[in-house]
Amino acid sequence: MSAARVGVVTFPGTLDDQDAARAVRHAGGEAVPLWHADPDLRGVDAVFLPGGFSYGDYLRCGAISRFAPLMEELIPAARAGLPVLGTCNGFQILCEAHLLPGALMRNAGLHYICRDQGIRVESSTTPWTSDFTEGQEIVLPIKHGEGRYVADEATLGALEAGGQVVFRYTGGNPNGSLNDIAGIRNEAGNIVGLMPHPEHAVEDLTGAPSTDGRAFFSSILKKLVNA
Amino acid sequence: MSLDTVKRAEETPGERQPYAELGMKVEEYERVREILGRRPTGSELAIYSVMWSEHCSYKSSKVHLRQFGTKAPESAALLVGMGENAGVVDIGDGWAATFKIESHNHPSYVEPHQGAATGVGGIVRDIMSMGARPVAVMDALRFGGADAHDTRRVLPGVVEGISHYGNCLGLPNIGGEVVFDPCYIGNPLVNALCVGLLRKDQIKLAVAPGPGNKVVLFGALTGPDGIGGASVLASATFEDESHAKRPSVQVGDPFMEKLLIECCLELYQADVVVGIQDLGAAGVSCATTELAAKGTGGMNVRLDLVPLRDPSLRPEEILMSESQERMMAVVTPDDIDAFMTICAKWDIPATVIGEVTDGGRLVMTWHGETIVDIPPGTAADEGPVYERPFQEPAGQLALNSDTPKRLARPADLRATLLELLGSPNLASKEWVTSQYDRYVRGNTVLAQPADAGVLRISEAMPGAEETKRGIALATDGNGRYARLDPYAGAQLALAEAYRNVATTGATPLAVTNCLNFGSPEDPEVMWQFAEAVRGLADACKTLGVPVTGGNVSFYNQTGSVPIHPTPVVGVLGVIDDVATRVRSGFTGDGDRIVLLGETEAEFGGSEWAHVAHGHLGGLPPKARLASERDLALVLTTAASQGLLTGSHDLSDGGLAIALTEACLAQGIGCAVSLTGDDAFVELFSESSARALVTVRPESFDTFAKLCATHEVPCYSLGTTGGDSLNVKGVLDIPITELRQTHTATLPGIFG
Repeated sequence: MSAARVGVVTFPGTLDDQDAARAVRHAGGEAVPLWHADPDLRGVDAVFLPGGFSYGDYLRCGAISRFAPLMEELIPAARAGLPVLGTCNGFQILCEAHLLPGALMRNAGLHYICRDQGIRVESSTTPWTSDFTEGQEIVLPIKHGEGRYVADEATLGALEAGGQVVFRYTGGNPNGSLNDIAGIRNEAGNIVGLMPHPEHAVEDLTGAPSTDGRAFFSSILKKLVNA
Repeated sequence: MSLDTVKRAEETPGERQPYAELGMKVEEYERVREILGRRPTGSELAIYSVMWSEHCSYKSSKVHLRQFGTKAPESAALLVGMGENAGVVDIGDGWAATFKIESHNHPSYVEPHQGAATGVGGIVRDIMSMGARPVAVMDALRFGGADAHDTRRVLPGVVEGISHYGNCLGLPNIGGEVVFDPCYIGNPLVNALCVGLLRKDQIKLAVAPGPGNKVVLFGALTGPDGIGGASVLASATFEDESHAKRPSVQVGDPFMEKLLIECCLELYQADVVVGIQDLGAAGVSCATTELAAKGTGGMNVRLDLVPLRDPSLRPEEILMSESQERMMAVVTPDDIDAFMTICAKWDIPATVIGEVTDGGRLVMTWHGETIVDIPPGTAADEGPVYERPFQEPAGQLALNSDTPKRLARPADLRATLLELLGSPNLASKEWVTSQYDRYVRGNTVLAQPADAGVLRISEAMPGAEETKRGIALATDGNGRYARLDPYAGAQLALAEAYRNVATTGATPLAVTNCLNFGSPEDPEVMWQFAEAVRGLADACKTLGVPVTGGNVSFYNQTGSVPIHPTPVVGVLGVIDDVATRVRSGFTGDGDRIVLLGETEAEFGGSEWAHVAHGHLGGLPPKARLASERDLALVLTTAASQGLLTGSHDLSDGGLAIALTEACLAQGIGCAVSLTGDDAFVELFSESSARALVTVRPESFDTFAKLCATHEVPCYSLGTTGGDSLNVKGVLDIPITELRQTHTATLPGIFG
């Protein structure tokens, strides 16, 4: 049986695409490069929107990327159930594209912050988190200047009530996110966005001092193989 | 309004020209007239004035820097030496590394954010122009006193500039230094290092061979950036259209630079580049003259084709503009379409502005009229060379005689340790380094606060040959040591960087340096410079590591007061199997802690003298180069045999600070006993050629034998474990207290 194919999107200014592709490969999947200007998903089974500063983060983080030709294909596919994971800038793009509710604002401390962050997994019901257990405490790197999650009260209430908060910061909220939110999913659960970087926590030799990111990739590959 | 053409210059030999305002001496101006056989045009004057500036021509330093060549040790690894955009060394398995450190001191004082940001941008383009993919950056920073008012303006701006630019580029920041000293209050030092990787057979050079080949300017548009000098020229020549004085600090766009990196790499992969040069200081002037001088000697350029951000720019301003994120390539006519297609894919503006000739002249036209006609080598390579006078500073002897022996020794060593640990130079730099992305690209094996940054090579570029190798990089420099003795100070800077690389298990291979000094017109500063270069060249020879390139920054002084002479030295090393790298500090319980090297009472220029007494006098620690070499051999051999579980070099603050940092690395304590009878000297002396390592108890005998073979003194101090730093009979400090003291200082000052 051929490996599951996970698309990794590169916008101008995307930085973590190489890391995301490597993480997919390490988990046994095939990483398929997707170029922002090609309105073609190349038949992938899932999509990873990596971090970076797409279009230089001009205007607003993710604000220009949502209009990329590729996104014209991706947005309807995601609404129809294609599994999509956005990390950091990818999360910002998902919010700008209204695939996820809320927005990501400048960190409360006003500084870019890179550190190994405690995270609690609040939901293992998404295709990207099924290899975690609910309540599991993990460590992933964060590295962002605009990661303060905000949403209006009604949206926030609905997220909490619907179990759509997937990750919460532990051991200190690094950026002032409401309810310590580090990541969320859409109602259907196929779209997940988070500020931390699982793709930097998959190897012993390099990256963060944890390999907790592996479960994201094993989760999605299991889901795709079993689908 | 009239254009200052070559024809006009011939017709008006007596026209007054603003060479002095452009920083040229009258003799230099006369030499230009002699070379050309007429007065230069305004555009030619622009070219010569920037190309013969201290920054571009190294006219004051050249006679000394030659020692890096004449004294260079034999090195099979050196592929490209000094004189190119950056040096290149062979790191094995068909791979090469290129690295260089460069200053952006003055702009960073004027406008900290943009000054520091464009410093990163400039060094990254140097690395790109060698044909490499840039893979990491580091920064060596010096600021005035941490609590000084202006430091609170400069430091956050500099850090934010480096953070924003480097993070947007997607280059991990893997190390560097932050040092505070009042001497830098009006002259902060921002030295940026970049390292790149490439295939050994894919090195690109700044040459323009092949008449008929096209000259392409690509990247950002040219605007009025950093051309204060040119404004003088423009307004002097064209009074009716004088331009307002413009900001002289360039503004960077890291997004454009990121696209430029990816674009260049695709151009290299497609093999459509004959020669390439980045546009840094002196912009188009520098790129055209240097490319032409190293090629077949001629180039025709239509300057009016340069795409502009500000259409009112005059030719002189275009020639001197320092707009960022620009490159110049030489491309064969057959490849030009492929070249342009790749640039278009990355949305990079690219314009053919001229072509290579065999005429031996650099000729530029402006809407059909000739405004430049010069032999390019006279601007690029044949600038003035000065043998500036130098003499030992008047107070040097008195400074060296005022030794730390007169300083009162502390009664309470626990309090002394905590005082040093919380002092700005030894406190945690996390406030700074947490603003840098150290993970991007996924090849970072070690990053700050490790002794050296370590990168995996094999996945640096997709599709490249597999290798187990890794590279290690460290920068060091101690201005106080160099103030006391610039010869030894430069050697100690090299020794520390060399040692830091070796503590990770990597074999030191090559050197880059950034020489930060006051005014070369001051004979006392020139003496410091001459001594430092002599010391560094001698030490490179002894340690067998050649200098591959670097940068000199003069005029770091306020009024007549220069900074401490501050040679910053970067060392690159290679580790055969990157999985055998040694982590910094204590990594597990029950390991044997071993001190390597000899300790003498050496406190001149030490952190203790500085923090406890505000004292600077005497002589710095001796540079023990033969011992450094033996120590490095023990460290790398032991690492390759898997004997070491952790390591850390001894430097500022001595054994006390090394033990503390080793405990803090992973929160593992230790219990040690000192071996002599003077605890103060053993804990705080800064003798060189020392390191701390940990080994499993069962490996100790093997390791001790290895040390004996290489005649490296080896002292077993104790065992790792517990939750405090326990020096028997001297002090016992809980790790929580150490951490609190270590981490509170910078956030307390900078918020």
